[in-house]
Amino acid sequence: MVTLKINNIEAVVPEGTTVLEAARKAGIYIPALCQHPKLTPFGGCRLCLVEIKGMPRPVTSCTTPAAEGMEVATTSPVIERLRRTVLELILSDHPNDCMVCEQAGSCTLQELAYEYGIRENRFEGERRKYARKDGNPFIERDLEKCIMCGRCVKICDEVQGVEAIEFGYRGFDAKICTPFEEDLDCEFCGQCVSVCPTGALTGKLWSKKGRQLGVREVDSTCPYCGTGCMLTYHVKDNEIVRVTSKEDGLNEGLLCVKGRFAYKYVNSPDRLRKPLIKKDGVFVETSWDDALDLIADKLKEVKAEHGPDAIAGLSSARCTNEENYAFQKFIRAAIGTNNVDHCARL
Amino acid sequence: MHNILVKVCMGTGGIAAGGDEVLAAFNKEIAEAGITASVEKKCSTHQVGCRGLCAKDVLVDVIINDRKVTYQHVRPEMVSRIVKEHILENVPVAELVAGDDYHNFHDKQFKVVLSDCGSIDPEDIDAYIAVEGYTSAQKVLGSMSPEETTDLIKRSGLRGRGGAGFPTGTKWEIAGKQVSDRKYIICNADEGDPGAFMDRSVIEGNPHAVIEGMIIGAYAIGAYKGYVYIRAEYPLAVERLRKALDDARRRNFLGKSIMGSGFDFDILVKLGAGAFVCGEETALIASIEGQRGMPRAKPPFPVYQGLWGKPTVINNVETLANVSYIVRKGAEWFASFGTEKSKGTKVFALTGKIKNSGLIEVPMGIPLRQIIYDIGGGIEGDRQFKAVQTGGPSGGCIPADLLDTPVDFESLAKVGSIVGSGGMVVLDETDCMVNIAKFFLEFTRGESCGKCVPCRIGTKRLLEILERITKGEGRPGDIELLENMSVDIKMASLCGLGQTAPNPVLSTIKYFRHEYEAHINDKKCPAGVCRDLLTYMVLPDACKGCGACLRACPAKAITGEKKKPHAIDPSVCIKCGACFDVCKFKAVKKE
Repeated sequence: MVTLKINNIEAVVPEGTTVLEAARKAGIYIPALCQHPKLTPFGGCRLCLVEIKGMPRPVTSCTTPAAEGMEVATTSPVIERLRRTVLELILSDHPNDCMVCEQAGSCTLQELAYEYGIRENRFEGERRKYARKDGNPFIERDLEKCIMCGRCVKICDEVQGVEAIEFGYRGFDAKICTPFEEDLDCEFCGQCVSVCPTGALTGKLWSKKGRQLGVREVDSTCPYCGTGCMLTYHVKDNEIVRVTSKEDGLNEGLLCVKGRFAYKYVNSPDRLRKPLIKKDGVFVETSWDDALDLIADKLKEVKAEHGPDAIAGLSSARCTNEENYAFQKFIRAAIGTNNVDHCARL
Repeated sequence: MHNILVKVCMGTGGIAAGGDEVLAAFNKEIAEAGITASVEKKCSTHQVGCRGLCAKDVLVDVIINDRKVTYQHVRPEMVSRIVKEHILENVPVAELVAGDDYHNFHDKQFKVVLSDCGSIDPEDIDAYIAVEGYTSAQKVLGSMSPEETTDLIKRSGLRGRGGAGFPTGTKWEIAGKQVSDRKYIICNADEGDPGAFMDRSVIEGNPHAVIEGMIIGAYAIGAYKGYVYIRAEYPLAVERLRKALDDARRRNFLGKSIMGSGFDFDILVKLGAGAFVCGEETALIASIEGQRGMPRAKPPFPVYQGLWGKPTVINNVETLANVSYIVRKGAEWFASFGTEKSKGTKVFALTGKIKNSGLIEVPMGIPLRQIIYDIGGGIEGDRQFKAVQTGGPSGGCIPADLLDTPVDFESLAKVGSIVGSGGMVVLDETDCMVNIAKFFLEFTRGESCGKCVPCRIGTKRLLEILERITKGEGRPGDIELLENMSVDIKMASLCGLGQTAPNPVLSTIKYFRHEYEAHINDKKCPAGVCRDLLTYMVLPDACKGCGACLRACPAKAITGEKKKPHAIDPSVCIKCGACFDVCKFKAVKKE
């Protein structure tokens, strides 16, 4: 453990903790755009600069390991001036179209501009313009809004292990690129979308469906598989308009393409709402009791006529472990066969 | 018996001027004259590396029984005369011999790193061994402990020649103390400053000195493997380095149990892909590891966590090239040159508006004035000196009234510039300082990696303001804005590139604020460089009506009858300056 002082408050943290993490643990706020708890430090946005006694220049707290006896000041007139300059520089190369931006209200850059009250900007000049739109079905990539924090590149590499995107070009022309700058073609897990601090990466399905006003957040569990990822449905007028996942859930905010983007079935008119039994060649709605009775009768019939091994059970990956357990128990004990398997084996 | 030696400059400068053709001509003429076959005369020709004064290339030394005569501007067609008159009859060809300029250029220098550059054949390991090459490595590996070696370098006071001037011995000491299964030593040959060619010339002229320095450094810190990270844009240096490494391996100066010492060490060559920022040590490491060349925050410094996360020493080419000479001649000998805090010598690439441009080596602490007027021979065309830019895009401009500033790490920093890697660009009255700042910002803006905000967007905004000022669109408050943002960019940037990129802006504002004010307030460029701010006019009293300007004008902006004063229509004039250049009577005025 190392003991350091942050704004004269003593903090005791395990070795290897960064100054930023130590500050947050001590309840001290430091602004940041590129830092993310899941990712290795980047040190690119320069907002988390702090002064450390004995160091000749301000250093980024996200990259500096806490050391014994360190004395840190997270704010000072110089530090605040530098943060303001950095924010003004970012905003001088940003569309600043928050009025129509999908991310307005949940954008870290917008929040920092608000916090620092940046109404006037000393800097002006050429802004990056990218005409081409990415034709992939899920992820809207608006590179003009990209602040090059690198979170998307890092989560794709360090967490998802896919490496679908990388930095390309240099300096002012630097941008996040797909291979050969073609349309994004990846797993579409959308982890990059979830960590983007601006409106550069958003879900195509969310577009113009609603932001905060009139949108309710409903915490739920993903129905797609037995993992049981926690997710949060954003619901407006009884329709799901966006899916996110909170970082304190068991899946730590990570989702796959189905959980994040495949929610349209909920309001689909084709969705089965009641069991159907085919009568005279036509499916007719029925009750669960009637449906289960019919299944039980048929199973008994087959078992009596052909023996239990004429029946096999195949369960779904959408079921939980408990459901799968109950199912194999039913097949083995009630039906009396070992013919049971699970679609996730395929 | 005559011992005849012909040495032809075959550095990149020498080859560009036709050195290879000159060497071929010598070989042919000498063979035809039958000299090699004769009993009394033993003649050999060979190539040498850069001799410094590239402006006089092709330079050729003809040495007969230790009497050396240097020829300048040698062309292949002159060779037969030199062979006939000098080599056969021992009468030097007086009008081809290098003049005072050549000797003045060299006499005021003091060469350590370059002492064998330009006199030995860089592709011949025996030539290096003949000048006591590899004796230092032998001494260190055979009779000194790593600690003694580090201590020797510490006592010499050698500091990093790549720019920052960190004490080399201290760096080795820290790395030596790290406990690790693997350590690395890297030679940084990613020289990228515009106009700089120090490291290139050292590798082209004496690659074995760099290799020997690396062997000694590796032994001192306990590295088993070294890398030379060199620009792919230096093909000749790469070729000579690779040959030198092969030769050194064959002689067991590299490889297993070097010279029977039990110490294993080898060197790999890694080519850079043309990114200036890869000269920054953490970006260089990322590049060797196969990542995009982007710097990372320090600490941790590479001596603790460098290549593949292991303790790594990164030294510049010139730093390493000093090492074998220090071992051979002693720490005290090296420390006897230079100033109290900056020991030894420094190689500079002297360019710009100077008579003798080229590669020089001078003791640390020599006043700028001596470099520019004694070695450099003063300003081209005897115009007025305005400033000298040192340290490349990270450096600053030093004005005329500070010409007596000694050239060492501390003194140059005090006047707002740096020694840097050794670029030295001389500027005269025809250089616009706003334009100079713009030139360097164009470079850094293009070479920023884009990782951190202040450098990526800050250099772009600085450049845009400078462009605006040079176009006559400067606004009141621009100078203050430039100053304020420069200070912030320096403080907030991640690596050395961004932390120094505003230096050319700050130092030109500091010493030449009036030029900025003239551009912004009066819409004038005092040096007559910024085209958008120039007006060309004919002085009626001086104009003879010869019509030369009228014929030279590509825009047909000049009218006038013969033998009567002409006139320029400013609404048509494209400010190309053709009239100004062509007028013999100084009747065209530009302001």
